[in-house]
Amino acid sequence: MRLSFPRPFPDNQNPEAILANPSLAPDGSAPRSRGLSDLAIRNLFIIPTIIFLIVFNIFPLIYSLGYSFTDFRASTNAPANFVGLDNYRALLSDPFIWKNFTITAKYVIVSVTGQVVVGFGVAMLLNRDIPFKGLLTTLLLLPMMLSMAVVGLFWKLLYDPNFGVINYALGLGNFEWLADPDMALYAIAIADIWMWSPFVMLLSLAGLSAVPKHLYEAAAIDRASGLYTFFRITLPLVAPILMIAVIFRTMEAFKTFDIAYILASQPTTEVISIRLFKMAFQEWQTGMSCALAYIVLIMVLAITNIYVKYLNKVKER
Amino acid sequence: MAAVRTAGEVFRHRASLVTLLLVLVIFLGPIFWITATAFKPRNLATTVPPTVFFEPEISPFVKLMTKRSQIRTAPAPEVYEAAPWWEKQVYDGGEKVVRSGKGEVQLSGYPSRFLNSLIVAVTSTLLAVSMGTITAYGFSRFKIAGEDDWLFFILSTRMLPPVVVAIPMFLMYRAVGLNDSHLGLIILYTAFNLSFSVWLMKGFIDEIPKEYEDAALVDGYTRMQAFFKIVLPEAATGIAATAVFCFITAWNEYAFALIMTNRRAQTAPPFIPSQVGSGLPDWTVIAAGTFLFLLPVAIFTFLLRNHLLRGMSFGAIRK
Repeated sequence: MRLSFPRPFPDNQNPEAILANPSLAPDGSAPRSRGLSDLAIRNLFIIPTIIFLIVFNIFPLIYSLGYSFTDFRASTNAPANFVGLDNYRALLSDPFIWKNFTITAKYVIVSVTGQVVVGFGVAMLLNRDIPFKGLLTTLLLLPMMLSMAVVGLFWKLLYDPNFGVINYALGLGNFEWLADPDMALYAIAIADIWMWSPFVMLLSLAGLSAVPKHLYEAAAIDRASGLYTFFRITLPLVAPILMIAVIFRTMEAFKTFDIAYILASQPTTEVISIRLFKMAFQEWQTGMSCALAYIVLIMVLAITNIYVKYLNKVKER
Repeated sequence: MAAVRTAGEVFRHRASLVTLLLVLVIFLGPIFWITATAFKPRNLATTVPPTVFFEPEISPFVKLMTKRSQIRTAPAPEVYEAAPWWEKQVYDGGEKVVRSGKGEVQLSGYPSRFLNSLIVAVTSTLLAVSMGTITAYGFSRFKIAGEDDWLFFILSTRMLPPVVVAIPMFLMYRAVGLNDSHLGLIILYTAFNLSFSVWLMKGFIDEIPKEYEDAALVDGYTRMQAFFKIVLPEAATGIAATAVFCFITAWNEYAFALIMTNRRAQTAPPFIPSQVGSGLPDWTVIAAGTFLFLLPVAIFTFLLRNHLLRGMSFGAIRK
């Protein structure tokens, strides 16, 4: 038996019903007379994007989280068996995976350090009155806009041991840049430094141009040394923006795939993204690769978090 | 700058100019080299010492576009004479153009890959920029609970390593038949660019004074009309810059394209390096393909030069 309570308002006087459906209002007019309400527009503008990102980024990740607990192989029709945390346990105790992480760390350190030194150095050189400064800056920025895959390809031509321009220019004879296991990772890092120093340069230039001129004038009056001025005025003031460049490049270098995959296929250049790619699409260890993907993902999200914090800090200034 | 300079300052200034010139040579050298190689005859591409001065040819571009096969003997003089200028260039290289039974010239894999790149990049850019612009407007003008968290969520989707996302996407696409399709790549690139587009556009829209719309609302515009007639025109430069950035990102993308496509929808980035393959690659042809592929990006970089800083910092740093 159902109890029915008397309703407090008839439908055309119920405030909630009117809000939900404005045509119910006694005079037939909407609470807001013109067009869609701000709330409706806000939802209309934002929700599709959020849904799109959830469907095409978050949902796949949930899907692969599920697979990371199985021994699924996408190359066979065998059903996936639940194996619990075995994949994670196997990966974290696999010395070869740690080797891949070590290679990645080495690559990140060499590549990002190189980019900061070259990028900041060139920015210091550019931060003065020089003819055609705008054009010069734009030309120097060109490498970072190119496709990493294609950059990798033409560095292959430059590195060629027999007819490569680099060996010729440096007088190195038939030096093997990419076939030498010890050199290959550095060779990739050099190409990466060439490509991404301009990025550090761009951000450093913004930082340098924001340093107030009067600080340098005051330092000059005090007869401060160039080194003192650099470490006490320039560097501290540029540091926040430089930090953004460093964190962003660290994250990108950590994810490196294209350039390393195209340039060399040495075991010593197998950064973590390449290991992941091979595990997923060449060895078809789908379940295992999903687990590795999650380990990488958590690391990337941690760096992203730091990055966004710095980004917001600079924004507030 | 101070009018009076000591001798030391003058020397340092000149030294830095010389260093800058050297830096410029190093940074543009590789780009120059690939461009030069694209216009070389094949026998000059891999010489020791490297050939810097040569008579430019466009035969690499002819070879790039056509399907060719090697010939043992030179063609008969009358065949050679009857051939159009571009076919002669192929004959000169010891190859012939492959023709179908009806005598139609067969194209190489390059033009279709280039076209695929264009289709995928343009469509995903249009989608990402239009969705990004309205979402950025929403975030810029309305109160949203947990706004910073949403924005972080949006940006974090951009930071996901492509290979990580590609594994489940590959399985899902395989299930619904989107592997090796334009639509599949367009969706991936739209998702990838959307977060970037929201962040960048939010910066641009934040800069448009709110008073413009308020005045329009008082004048009897609806919020929608105010958005389309006041905000969008004001944001035009920002929209254009965002679009160019999205286009370049989609145009350059490699990992997704490598994993998700193999023939029908393959874009240029995975195709161009695959030409190197085994044996002795014809570097002039590869360089020609690379040159054509890089040219739009180089032009766009010049158009974007005043927005590069902003774009590269997701709109956080403005000049």
